[in-house]
Amino acid sequence: MSLADVSQQIESGMTIGIGGWGSRRKPMALVRDLLRTDIKDLTVVSFGGPDVGLLCAAGRVRRVVYGFVSLDSIPLDPHFRAARENGSVATSEYDEGMFVAALRAGASRLSFLPTRAGLESDVMAMNPQLRTVASPYDDDVYVAVPGIRLDVSLIHLNRGDIHGNGQYLGPDPYFDDLFAMAADRCYLSVERIVATAELTAAAPVQSLLVSRLFVTGVVEALGGAHFTSCEPDYARDEPFQAAYARAARDEQSWREFTERFLAVDDAGYQGAVEELRASAAAAGGKP
Amino acid sequence: MTTTGRTDSGRTDAGRTDAGRTDAGRTGATRAEICAVACADAWRGAGEVLAHAVGTIPAVGVRLARLTHSPDLVLSDGEAFLMSDPPPLGRTAAAGGTIEGWVPFRRIFDILSSGRRHSMMGASQVDRYGNQNISAIGDWRRPERALIGVRGAPGNTVNHRTDYWVARHTARVFVPAVDVVSGVGNDRARAHTSTSLRFHNLGVVISNLGVFDYDERGRMRVRSLHPGVSADEVAANTAFELDASAAGTTRLPDDHELELIRTVIDPTAARDREVPG
Repeated sequence: MSLADVSQQIESGMTIGIGGWGSRRKPMALVRDLLRTDIKDLTVVSFGGPDVGLLCAAGRVRRVVYGFVSLDSIPLDPHFRAARENGSVATSEYDEGMFVAALRAGASRLSFLPTRAGLESDVMAMNPQLRTVASPYDDDVYVAVPGIRLDVSLIHLNRGDIHGNGQYLGPDPYFDDLFAMAADRCYLSVERIVATAELTAAAPVQSLLVSRLFVTGVVEALGGAHFTSCEPDYARDEPFQAAYARAARDEQSWREFTERFLAVDDAGYQGAVEELRASAAAAGGKP
Repeated sequence: MTTTGRTDSGRTDAGRTDAGRTDAGRTGATRAEICAVACADAWRGAGEVLAHAVGTIPAVGVRLARLTHSPDLVLSDGEAFLMSDPPPLGRTAAAGGTIEGWVPFRRIFDILSSGRRHSMMGASQVDRYGNQNISAIGDWRRPERALIGVRGAPGNTVNHRTDYWVARHTARVFVPAVDVVSGVGNDRARAHTSTSLRFHNLGVVISNLGVFDYDERGRMRVRSLHPGVSADEVAANTAFELDASAAGTTRLPDDHELELIRTVIDPTAARDREVPG
């Protein structure tokens, strides 16, 4: 598949899950392609980073369901912060562990899973649909975290085969397998598509995070997580992320950023990133 | 299993104050170093648990605890690895140290549910019962200032001991009531009627001015003032009443601790950027 083939499978109003964690191994090429369509009113479910920021900045989001939205080296995504403060998106803010429970329940087709997390906190007030459940065995009461089912999930991994078997090579799988299993359809982008036999030739079988059972389509997208990290293939592009965050400061600079990096196809994006890098190197410092 | 087999006395900072003070003049401990040692003491007697420290001074403190009185503490690099020999401050396993385990983010939630963890988190607001806010200032529906979100605070506070670190003690942080309860305070935990909150355990709040704990009614009080800080200064920077009648003076680092902080744990003095002076 191509990036655009994936976007064609997504419709306005859908609930979409986005894998990765903060500013780590996000399916950024897939997210940028969504920005080239007119899809809107999305409910985005994410351990959020610049994926949520970009979609909010483009006005594509109705609601964000999240454990957090952070750029890691910058505590809060500036676009998401602006969307929160001007009230342009609805939010379901969960405790991080509750968020995992919601995905696990969704992946197992359970209506809820019990957690202690959330009890007596304002997560209950902020999410008035949440209910508690009494244990049938003792005097415990838990938050009944409702399972989240996703229409579509987007995830990015280091390697995969054409059948949809996906492999991570970095230190952390994050929750991409749960995003795949909790979704009706999951689209996987990978740095490189390789022959199936090659997957286990160079890495342990435990690195095979996602089975083709849960993957609808695969896209080869070299640099497809940029500017988030995709260890060990590449680290986060901190200068670029800083430029992204700076551009959020006013309309003019955000318009310039959009024209240069988003109103272009993927090759145009990669080219513009290279150009920025080269001019920064020539200037001997930050772009 | 434990590294040493020894048990810790659970000694608090109280009785060591005066002996330390004499040392202090000689060694010239900074406020940041006093805070780091107070943070280290928060883990005294914690045993073999995963230590979670947010902020520079708590990160210095937890390493100091590990290298002195609490060798069984388990540290992570903040990424995916447990470290038996921690990497340099603020760096991941890739920067060195010895890996002794794998803790991808998913496993953190399993560990915190097990209770074998002890956190020191930050607080944008904290009230007299230890309710903590890191989510938003103002109405959460449309906040005046969106903060980082509740993150893991609701789960941490109902599953294992949680302490707080505040680098700049002001009346805007120590407030009568927080805007969003991210971390659960003692009043809410006590009002809860089921048995599910039996693991709720707020320990101490440490700021650049002092060390605070909670009385039998769950209300914050002054345990110790850092050397040179007056009860009046704390009161002027706290928007609720704080009982300082039993306050001691925070102990000073001993020579060994100062050497560890300055030469081993934080040679570039990152601690001074969090607490100047």
